Amino acid sequence: MNELLLGLADDELVIGWRDSEWTGIAPMLEEDVAFSSIAQNEIGHARAVYELLAADADALAFDRSPTEYRCAPLVQLHLLEWARTIARRWLYEVADEIRIAALMAEVPVAAKINREETYHRMHAEMWHERLRDEPRFRSAVTELWPYALGVVLPEQRGELAARVGIDEVDAVERGTLDPSFRALHEEMTMVRRSAPAGARW
Amino acid sequence: MVTEAQVWATLEEIPDPEIPVVSLVDLGVIRSVHVSDGAVRLELTPTFLGCPALETMVRAIEERVPEATVAIVNDDSWSTDKISAAGREKLRKAGLAPPAPRLAQGHSSLVQLQSQVHRCPYCGSTDTRLENLFGPTPCRSLRYCASCRQPFEQFKTI
Repeated sequence: MNELLLGLADDELVIGWRDSEWTGIAPMLEEDVAFSSIAQNEIGHARAVYELLAADADALAFDRSPTEYRCAPLVQLHLLEWARTIARRWLYEVADEIRIAALMAEVPVAAKINREETYHRMHAEMWHERLRDEPRFRSAVTELWPYALGVVLPEQRGELAARVGIDEVDAVERGTLDPSFRALHEEMTMVRRSAPAGARW
Repeated sequence: MVTEAQVWATLEEIPDPEIPVVSLVDLGVIRSVHVSDGAVRLELTPTFLGCPALETMVRAIEERVPEATVAIVNDDSWSTDKISAAGREKLRKAGLAPPAPRLAQGHSSLVQLQSQVHRCPYCGSTDTRLENLFGPTPCRSLRYCASCRQPFEQFKTI
């Protein structure tokens, strides 16, 4: 169970970080606000789950080496391109809904996370409706599909495939480090590494 | 020695850090207050998990009720239905449309897309449309009133 929760928290932290890369440069103002707000929520979810797992959530979030993170490669990808970013948001939210639904009975905070995720799903679904027939979006979904499968457990992949409408393929599994993750890790941990000993916020 | 009623009365005077027209009690985030032998134990539920106002709330409580130990409860006990009737009216007066009750949503995933349940806080018209699901804080969406041509913030139903 702790391994599952750590994967969830790492996914939420890292996708929050990646989504925040659109702050200030999203193609339209509404999306600048949306991505910033979604990122804030996701990082809040990560913190709540880290707090379940450790007395010091920041230490768990930022004091590990890159190879110790359990996040799915889908969230690690550095995608400063809108079609692929939206494809990832949509695939991630569909996968995340399946994974969170399975945790809600046992983990109270998962039910709270689920309430907030409703808005992320609506946002992703609105974009999916708009772009579903666009060739660029479709090819981005196809490219990211093996990564999306890696977000959920093997027994949940049939459901994900049915929801997304693409046949199951080999997943890019957790534990695989995307080459871009080391640079992200440097950036994520920079403030904590440079803080003077005993500094508090 | 402090009583439970006194603690509640004090909490009613502590404003929400981001929406100061409502108090922590109006917002429904105080889950319980227990007083025994002069020690106060208080449970607080965050609205949204990523809301930075939580730390400010805890500090404000500790300042105003120095005997209090504040425990954060991250379960699913808070929803926007916990906002009191008085709190909803204060939000509306401040130009922030109160959240639609969860039961009025019908299909939960489409709540914020159905304009008929979202009334303009300025003119009362229901001829409003969604501009952005996301707004300046995690708890707010942006809407536009076609009747009085006024953009307004809508407290999200969760």
